[in-house]
Amino acid sequence: MPRLCSFLVIAFVLLTAVLSCPLSAQENPYFVAYDHNLEEPGNLEIEYFSTFGTQRGGNNFHSYWTEFEYGVKAWWTTEFYLDAQTTFDDSTVYSGFKWENRFRVLKHEHWMNPVLYVEYQDTNGTDKTLKEVVGHDVEADFLAPNAEARDEHAREIELKLILSSNTRGWNFSENIIAEKKLSAEPWEFGYALAASRPLSLVGSAKRCSFCKQNFVAGVEMYGGLGDRHSFGLKDTSHYLAPAVAWNLPSGWTLRLSPGFGLNDNSHKFLLRWGISREIAGFGEMVRHVFGGKS
Amino acid sequence: MKPAYSFFLASAALVATSISVAHPQSKSNENKNAEVYAELGKAPEKARNRANPMENDSDSIAAGRLLFEDHCAECHGETAEGGKGRKKGPSLRVPEVQNATPGTLFWLLTNGVVRKGMPVWSRLPEPQRWQLVRYLKSLGVAQSSVAESKP
Repeated sequence: MPRLCSFLVIAFVLLTAVLSCPLSAQENPYFVAYDHNLEEPGNLEIEYFSTFGTQRGGNNFHSYWTEFEYGVKAWWTTEFYLDAQTTFDDSTVYSGFKWENRFRVLKHEHWMNPVLYVEYQDTNGTDKTLKEVVGHDVEADFLAPNAEARDEHAREIELKLILSSNTRGWNFSENIIAEKKLSAEPWEFGYALAASRPLSLVGSAKRCSFCKQNFVAGVEMYGGLGDRHSFGLKDTSHYLAPAVAWNLPSGWTLRLSPGFGLNDNSHKFLLRWGISREIAGFGEMVRHVFGGKS
Repeated sequence: MKPAYSFFLASAALVATSISVAHPQSKSNENKNAEVYAELGKAPEKARNRANPMENDSDSIAAGRLLFEDHCAECHGETAEGGKGRKKGPSLRVPEVQNATPGTLFWLLTNGVVRKGMPVWSRLPEPQRWQLVRYLKSLGVAQSSVAESKP
């Protein structure tokens, strides 16, 4: 079943991408941090991401997820994720799904722009996407074999306050994260910080794949901050990850980010990569399918 | 797996509902356009008076045209005379826009008109937003707009 599910998702992604009207994107290179730039209304962005991670005392892994990001309004973006992972010398498993919503709070652009983030996730213990690191998440949590970890179920609510600024070509983003399992466990906290800038701020007068303006370089730092009973840096993991995005004129965006664990609780090395494509007017296409008027 | 699939279906239904309510047609496009044009008048004086630093750059119109095709034509149409379909953005070749100062257009691009569907474009670096403004101003008022404004 997971194979069929993956096949359907990949087939849908490829079909939509090939048949759709592409839109040249201007994406930041972040994998973990969020900025305040929301999806344009009516557009769908389909994204595929991978993370290769090293594991001390266990098998290395490759986790991957597909995101469907839709701009409902200029101030509201909704996103649906499907997660899976392969642990080497073990197995490939479906890890679960996530559904997030981001809401822009202020009408105009300010030096700092808050966005509220609400996510519901239903994942099992095999989730190794490391999309957010919270509480006392440490490398040793990933040691359990898939057969054992998949029996552990977690339904969680995650809240983020995204603060982000665009200034002089730079983007600076700060995310404050609070996550709670829908059981009696305490709130867990985390953070993500990021900065990025295009290699050139001026647009080229000709279409080109290798123009400096198409490359955005940046860095992310993220980690856990303990929980309600033990807030702080003790027994937490932290990462630093340079990242680069290449926004192609054809509408595709490629991202690459090597990440490095900053303490003994962190995975030593994470390599992330991703590919995405924005589809203009997806909402209108769907309305046409269901007989909506133009 | 079962709860996951049911939640997937519920989410898909919610997204489909969101899509269908995303652009309610309670107001006519003319009213909506008038509200967007009215936003131009809200630009602070300091912003209105900013000069375009790309004014003397010979490539800025060509670069602005490419940026327009990538980010604006989808809603405002290939010739900037207004989009078609439900995602209809207002014409940018009307006197309200063409007579606005470069600083005013830059301010609107930077801030968007979020409640009326126009996204914030601060993600584009400042020089690119100025290139867009330069291109928009080079288009002039469309003949159709001139004809419509005559009694």
